[in-house]
Amino acid sequence: MESPRFRAIRLSILLILALAAPFGFYPIFVMKALCFGLFAAAFNLLIGYGGLLSFGHAAFMGSASYITAYTVKMWGLPPLVGILAGTAVAAAMGTVFGWLAIRRKGIYFAMVTLALSQMVYFFALEAKFTGGEDGIQAVPRGSLFGLVDLNQPLAMYYLVLAIFLIGFGIIYRAIHSPFGEVLKAIRDNEPRAISLGYNTDRYKLLAFILSATLAGLAGATKALVFQFASLTDVTWQMSGDVVLMTLVGGLGTIWGPVAGAFISVTMENYLAQFGSWVTVIQGVIFVVCVLLFRRGVVGEINYLIARRRGNPPLAKAAAGD
Amino acid sequence: MMNWVHIAVPPASALLAQLLIGLINGAFYAMLSLGLAVIFGLLNIINFTHGSLYMLGAFCAYLLLNFFGIGYWPSLIIAPIVVGAFGILLERLLIRHVYKLDHLYGLLLTFGIALIIEGLFRQLYGATGKPYDTPDTLSGVRNLGFMFLPIYRAWVIAASTIFCFGTWFVIERTQLGAYLRAATENPALVQAFGINVPRMITLTYGFGVGLAALAGVMAAPIYQVSPLMGSNLIIVVFAVVVIGGMGSILGSIVAGYALGLVEGLTKVFYPEASSTAIFVIMVIVLLVKPSGLFGRGV
Repeated sequence: MESPRFRAIRLSILLILALAAPFGFYPIFVMKALCFGLFAAAFNLLIGYGGLLSFGHAAFMGSASYITAYTVKMWGLPPLVGILAGTAVAAAMGTVFGWLAIRRKGIYFAMVTLALSQMVYFFALEAKFTGGEDGIQAVPRGSLFGLVDLNQPLAMYYLVLAIFLIGFGIIYRAIHSPFGEVLKAIRDNEPRAISLGYNTDRYKLLAFILSATLAGLAGATKALVFQFASLTDVTWQMSGDVVLMTLVGGLGTIWGPVAGAFISVTMENYLAQFGSWVTVIQGVIFVVCVLLFRRGVVGEINYLIARRRGNPPLAKAAAGD
Repeated sequence: MMNWVHIAVPPASALLAQLLIGLINGAFYAMLSLGLAVIFGLLNIINFTHGSLYMLGAFCAYLLLNFFGIGYWPSLIIAPIVVGAFGILLERLLIRHVYKLDHLYGLLLTFGIALIIEGLFRQLYGATGKPYDTPDTLSGVRNLGFMFLPIYRAWVIAASTIFCFGTWFVIERTQLGAYLRAATENPALVQAFGINVPRMITLTYGFGVGLAALAGVMAAPIYQVSPLMGSNLIIVVFAVVVIGGMGSILGSIVAGYALGLVEGLTKVFYPEASSTAIFVIMVIVLLVKPSGLFGRGV
């Protein structure tokens, strides 16, 4: 374990960096990375701490983004209420999907979530309110409490940062609570957790709902950032993207998914001109990560720090499996 | 969304035509889910690459025709062998390294390989479909009196049935199949009896992949040959696998055909739901019998 002082210093540096980021980078770029960071962190709550690989998380992010875009644009809801509406829909979907998916384990769980999210994709493709292939465009950002105009990049940026910090804080608290400990116990040995008297299905469902809700929060926020909700966000490719971000950053590490999201968004920025090669490169990264680099960037750093201090962490926990 | 007013009794010919299409789709679901089940049984890996290898089979036939003038019938043999060999290469070079890890890594690895293959073909050939002509010997339509039956489609149904049940026969009724089933149950013990289990695993993977490529060649004249044909299909096949359960070879075949038929029926009675019918059935099966219709365990 690291000292509280070291952790406090590191956190303040990160916070200062986050507050100063829009002055050094395009705000929209950092906002995109923050949205995906929250999305990946929410996804990681399930796979990294609960051992449940959801291959359909795009369903929650995409649906929330549609609902927010629609309610803000068509009903004229204030931005925060729109975000809440999108998040609430994701939570409701998470409840139903989670309730269905936790009936199976392991790869079946992954296939069930993938199939359920594909259902959402077909629904979004055919439903009227989503605008089909065009999506919902020109979503107004509106103003915060009627006071702060969110069309100003800086105002929008700090709102996104605040939402990210709230979401990330919830995940952090969940992981470090008794609930998080039980979740890890289920990941490592479910029969034992059951024999200790825990209702593991209830814990798994709760984790699923929490993860879906926060994925929804990320999607809802993203809809306002880009003023746009589209089919891309509900495709299986998007579900694959978030798996990749988390894998690259480090499964089961707190900062890994966020780091992975920043890496992925940066990469996408530079590779956008190469067309389908992006898919190929993503595939190669998947293969390399699975075969050689299972700890991910942050996991690897944590491992090196721990080894240097002479207390190598449990290989199992560090590998995230 | 549920607009029940539209539902009217359709003419029998439309019903039969949709059932035929359903049966064709079902044939491909069956061949792919069978391959997935055989591979899963021995390798404990859900082969996400299966869809891309099906696509490779179709492309192999397309390229053989356009570059070497080799037609449908030789392709039916060459493509599965070429793609099967490619599969064996994948297994030897990459996949075998994850057997000892959590199953999820196998899924992620094969997903990555699928992305590479699909990305490459999309880069080379674009996303639009390419037509592949029906072979002359099988073109034309036969009038059955109550409906018109395209001969090629009848061939696909017949051939896929033969391949599927041939596989079932080999696995459930022969000496080789007995080794295979034994290795599925307890690889260490079978190895102790002097059977080369790693080689068996490699060949099984090659066979499952070959089956996917065979399906791809057979699909080429019906659907167009496109880099995306595999990924669209594989997710539906995953749902089929969840419904049927992977514990049984026969179960995966039956579930494939049956779900194709159900999908065809949905197209007649409630077309808007046809793309989601199989997923809805999956939900119902999860509620009623979570282990799948023919499955063992969770």
